[in-house]
Amino acid sequence: MFFWSLVLIAVGIFSSFIYGRSRIKLNSKKQGTKSKSLPNYYAQYVLMWCLFPALIVYFSWAIFQEQIIQNIVISNFEFIEGAVYNEGLLLAEIRNVSNNPSFADGKSIEIINAASHYSSLRQISQISFYTSIIIIMLLGALYASQKLKPEFHAQHTIEKYIQYILIFCSSVAIFTTIGIVFSLIFESLRFFAEVSIFEFLFSTEWYPFIPIREGQTAAEGSFGAVPIFAGTFLVMVVAMCVAVPLGLLTAIYLAEYASQRVRKIVKPLLEILAGIPTIVYGFFAFVSVAPFVKAFGQSIGIDASPTSALAAGMVMGVMIIPFISSLSDDVINSVPQSLREASLGIGANKAETIKKVILPAALPGIVGAFLLAISRAIGETMIVVVAAGTAPNLTGNPFENVTTVTVQIVVALIGDQEFDNPRTLSAFALGLVLFVITLFLNIIALQIVKRYRERYE
Amino acid sequence: MSNSKILANGVDVYYGSKQALFGISMDIKEKEVTALIGPSGCGKSTFLRCINRMNDLIEICKVSGSIKVDNEEIISEKTDVVSLRSKIGMVFQKPNPFPKSIFDNVAYGPTIHGLVDSKNELEEIVHSSLKKAGLFDEVKDRLNEPGTSLSGGQQQRLCIARAIAVNPEIILMDEPCSALDPIATAIIEELIDELRLNYTIIIVTHSMQQAARVSQKTCFFHLGELIETGETNKIFTNPDNTKTQDYITGRFG
Repeated sequence: MFFWSLVLIAVGIFSSFIYGRSRIKLNSKKQGTKSKSLPNYYAQYVLMWCLFPALIVYFSWAIFQEQIIQNIVISNFEFIEGAVYNEGLLLAEIRNVSNNPSFADGKSIEIINAASHYSSLRQISQISFYTSIIIIMLLGALYASQKLKPEFHAQHTIEKYIQYILIFCSSVAIFTTIGIVFSLIFESLRFFAEVSIFEFLFSTEWYPFIPIREGQTAAEGSFGAVPIFAGTFLVMVVAMCVAVPLGLLTAIYLAEYASQRVRKIVKPLLEILAGIPTIVYGFFAFVSVAPFVKAFGQSIGIDASPTSALAAGMVMGVMIIPFISSLSDDVINSVPQSLREASLGIGANKAETIKKVILPAALPGIVGAFLLAISRAIGETMIVVVAAGTAPNLTGNPFENVTTVTVQIVVALIGDQEFDNPRTLSAFALGLVLFVITLFLNIIALQIVKRYRERYE
Repeated sequence: MSNSKILANGVDVYYGSKQALFGISMDIKEKEVTALIGPSGCGKSTFLRCINRMNDLIEICKVSGSIKVDNEEIISEKTDVVSLRSKIGMVFQKPNPFPKSIFDNVAYGPTIHGLVDSKNELEEIVHSSLKKAGLFDEVKDRLNEPGTSLSGGQQQRLCIARAIAVNPEIILMDEPCSALDPIATAIIEELIDELRLNYTIIIVTHSMQQAARVSQKTCFFHLGELIETGETNKIFTNPDNTKTQDYITGRFG
């Protein structure tokens, strides 16, 4: 149904365009004056007045139709006294019967009645849907065609409309973000209604199991997230230990030492690293690096577990090298050439110039790059799910199993559970913490980078 | 006759396949100001940057021929560029102080060359360099402020102080006043006149008045060739070459 209505709208806007074009030509010929804008703008004007009202009708139908029909069907349903109904199941049954009459066998008469009611409502809705689309398009075209006079500045109006469209598009992303934040906050509030926020932030026991059946003798769950934060932090530190030196030195090489040719080849190659799906890094961490870490741990007498903070952190470090190297390379490059010349002109060698002039000048930008990399590291999921383990150990030993915020969110959401118990709701609280941390890191990082850019450009 | 400080002989410079300088030969005397003049793109800056091997920074730039500084060949693989550049200071077209304090800007050279043993010594060098550059009185109370907070003319004098802090013998100036207002320019020109007593100075300039005011020798470049060189007075009053005549009278360029 909605496909054919799209065809209808397409036909409508096409004919409105043609109509608008020929109409303005006719009108200006009649008045003997030249129109203020080119004919195409008048055509676009009519087109927009056809298209947007039709789209509004289209989407409101798509969103509300089913809900309204269901409400009418349910409110007219002949409930039998004393029987217990589950509304969701009942609706599903009615829909089934209406879509496929062969399911009607053996169903109660109330359901069959409701199903035919449902079908007829759908038909009515469909007919009125097409009618209202056609009417609204005609009305739109009618309104617009009254403006089709040579002295009307169609181009100005179109530009204003285009601006509205652009504003609408950009606000979609913003409102989505706001929506996500609010859903995080409200679900977290539900979690904190059951688990105290102090327990969550300061207690060190993470044992998010709750009795599934009533009377089950499982222990009460406890939700102290400290081991999770500690694990996240540990993995992040390991990752930064790998990524900062490698990334920064790579950037220095690329920006200061590499010839144009090498740079042109190496930089895109590095950026490909950033494009590898993180689950692939996860395999790599689990299959190659983790056993190596375990063997290495044993060889120096530390009992390493098969998945460890070290393995996950090292691979994550490799993953974020391109972030650091690419961003740092950009900031080092934007240090003005005149500073290099000044330093070299005094007789400093290249290393002194880099160490004493270029890096200090680029430092704010480089720190910004580090912060962005950190926020990327703590938000990373797949590598740690596969390679860091799920045990909430409060430990500083990187050879041990640890778990991170993102892993615990995955764990909490696995399985068929309703969002009505602290175990699943804890995902939102953890998500909120993660969101707040990365948000702050990003804001600080972007501020630093911006301030630095302002100084030199 | 005073001694030759810099002796260039048949210097060719190529940027990739494009030749920028054609067999430049020049004799620059000690403790004189030599002005290089000529229209844009004539190669005067390129020549200047050969003298302290600054062209090394440009990958595609090839220099051949001979330049001797104090009778020592510098266009050679074996030249110690670092010590060469500590002997030849350079001041650039646009003031380019480091984003450090005024003090650290001047202290940079002496520190990396290990010229000082103590903090007091360093302070002394910084102060005397700033004095020689005529900047000390203006900044003595704010040596810890960033060098970039100074005005354009002050920044340029800071760059001069930075260059002379390593005690060079030669100072190269690449259009040092082109980014400055007339008053700042006048101050720098006066300064150049004073510095001449202790340093050999080569200055590239677009302003013929400036060349006439500050220099003793003038070299006129055109399309990568050295057309005429001689006493400034003579070049500006009675040049031998008609091209020079045309340029200084403003007929082209």
